[in-house]
Amino acid sequence: MDISFKNVSYTYQPNSPFAHQALDDVSFSIPSGTYVAVIGHTGSGKSTLIQHLNGLLRPTTGTVTIGDFVMSRTDKPKDMKALRSRVGVVFQYPEHQLFEETIAKDIAFGPKNFGVSDDVIKQRIDDILPTVGIHHDMLERSPFELSGGQMRRVAIAGVLAIKPEVLVLDEPTAGLDPRGQRDVMDMFYSLHKKEKMTTVLVTHNMEDAVKYADHIIILNQGKKYLEGKPETIFSDEDTLQQVQLDVPEVIQFLWKYEQKFGHSIPYNRQSITDIAQAIKEHIKEVGNDE
Amino acid sequence: MRQKLVEFRNVSFRYDDDGPWILNDCSFTIYENQSVAIIGHNGSGKSTIAKLMNGLLFPQKGQILIDGKEVNAQTIWDIRKDVGMVFQNPDNQFVGTTVQDDVAFGMENRGIAREEMMKRIEDTLTAVGMQHKRLSEPHRLSGGQKQRVAIASVLAISPKLLILDEATAMLDPKGRQSIMKTVSHLHEQDVMSLVSITHDLEEVMMAEWVIVMNQGEIWAEGTPRDIFTRKDAFHKIGLDIPFVGKLTEALRRADVSITEEPLNHEELLEALWTFHSKT
Ligand SMILES: Nc1ncnc2c1ncn2[C@@H]1O[C@H](COP(=O)(O)OP(=O)(O)OP(=O)(O)O)[C@@H](O)[C@H]1O
Ligand SMILES: Nc1ncnc2c1ncn2[C@@H]1O[C@H](COP(=O)(O)OP(=O)(O)OP(=O)(O)O)[C@@H](O)[C@H]1O
Ligand SMILES: [Mg+2]
Ligand SMILES: [Mg+2]
Repeated sequence: MDISFKNVSYTYQPNSPFAHQALDDVSFSIPSGTYVAVIGHTGSGKSTLIQHLNGLLRPTTGTVTIGDFVMSRTDKPKDMKALRSRVGVVFQYPEHQLFEETIAKDIAFGPKNFGVSDDVIKQRIDDILPTVGIHHDMLERSPFELSGGQMRRVAIAGVLAIKPEVLVLDEPTAGLDPRGQRDVMDMFYSLHKKEKMTTVLVTHNMEDAVKYADHIIILNQGKKYLEGKPETIFSDEDTLQQVQLDVPEVIQFLWKYEQKFGHSIPYNRQSITDIAQAIKEHIKEVGNDE
Repeated sequence: MRQKLVEFRNVSFRYDDDGPWILNDCSFTIYENQSVAIIGHNGSGKSTIAKLMNGLLFPQKGQILIDGKEVNAQTIWDIRKDVGMVFQNPDNQFVGTTVQDDVAFGMENRGIAREEMMKRIEDTLTAVGMQHKRLSEPHRLSGGQKQRVAIASVLAISPKLLILDEATAMLDPKGRQSIMKTVSHLHEQDVMSLVSITHDLEEVMMAEWVIVMNQGEIWAEGTPRDIFTRKDAFHKIGLDIPFVGKLTEALRRADVSITEEPLNHEELLEALWTFHSKT
């Protein structure tokens, strides 16, 4: 489903002394099947933005369009349930989406609500569990008696079980151990590739943004600050630093390498092994010249 | 020799009497003024250790001593005055209706004078960059703002032992670094030990000592430099090494011999320079 934001602003607690404008005239469009990363400083409006994608929030002014669903202050999709069965959101804190008494019921909640049969749900759970690193024998446990990272895994499983067309991830790796972070991000990426799933990732991890996204949107104090291809966005350190963002570590390292050795190795998402190879070739070349 | 602040003596713990053991015979010591990182795979027992340290849970076997006092039902109220903890999900610990009330709450409980309180509210909220949200309701903050406020609230009580349970997971790298600097700055001024439970490898690098958990057991302890040389074993237990370590490994596989164990960009560039001068 194509996603478009047209002059979207959002104000929390409008018409009160506490009114706070969290989004300010944001416009962009994302063609179906894109992998977008939304980045920005603490409080820049990322979570507010993504809650518009499944109708949890509606714009104070402007229009959000997702496929055929149109949302504005006055328009609300007639069938909100249909929208939510097609747009799955993994929230920033997993506790906010766990509520059933067992893990099995929690994962089944979404698909059941959308009329998926028990057999199909069971099959989906069997398929999903290994990909999120949850053991079958945990299914009857309470989701509230889990470690933080285990809760995150269950919350992710619950959203995948809906089989959404648009997957929205609000810092999905926070709380996961390093192997879990890698596995889960690779899993999202392969879903994106295989099922052409439109993916919207909110992240503070610049490595992930540059590694997976086709397109990056930077928010700053509720406004769209910049958008573009990862390679372009991360080539301009000053522009990023103005909004307190960092360049991915690998790019920082390559810049320092250039300063020290006077030789540039451009970054185009190559693996660490390829970078090591490029360094080796350069060093050997210099050695042979001398 | 530094004084012991926390001592785990052969601690075993389980949540249910007929459930599996979650911690198995864990012993370690944390000293006054030391900064310690606890790392380990999801479910390895890190948060359980944190909750045992401030008496939210009690072990079935072994003993836990804080400042020489055993943690038990009689001593916990005293002990909690000295222990500040930030939980994985800050929503679980907000008590005030506004951000500044929340920061004040812990101090009120410790009978800190009003003037001093006002000063500390100002100082700690400024330190975490949340002055502008002083009058907001904590549950109306963004994910990262919640974590900043939760950290301010414990910093305000200037605890002897500060436990941060993935308390910076929702912050951007810069934000995380500046908060950790604030914390370690305090930690140099006052006598404070810091335990940070984290999956963030940069944060681990800032600690003096690292405890690695695996399936409820202490798998290893050491300085960050020692710990990160055990690369292969690390992958097996669900962990990873920092970028510099990975690149060093990849360079070695490409026959660029680097003999040292560089920990940061500068050390690695220096090692490459040495190698380059030799070829
Ligand atoms: N209240 C509880 N009741 C029963 N079991 C629990 C409870 N809380 C945690 N556990 C179990 O204890 C084990 C250790 O949990 P703990 O929260 O200490 O892990 P952790 O190392 O902090 O993990 P994470 O990195 O995911 O936060 C896990 O297997 C978890 O499922
Ligand atoms: N329920 C709410 N009521 C009032 N203000 C809110 C509410 N939720 C968020 N805000 C404010 O709106 C702004 C944007 O918040 P949002 O949660 O979208 O930020 P974010 O970019 O996701 O930040 P983070 O990286 O910290 O999660 C912040 O200033 C925040 O304090
Ligand atoms: Mg957020
Ligand atoms: Mg934990």
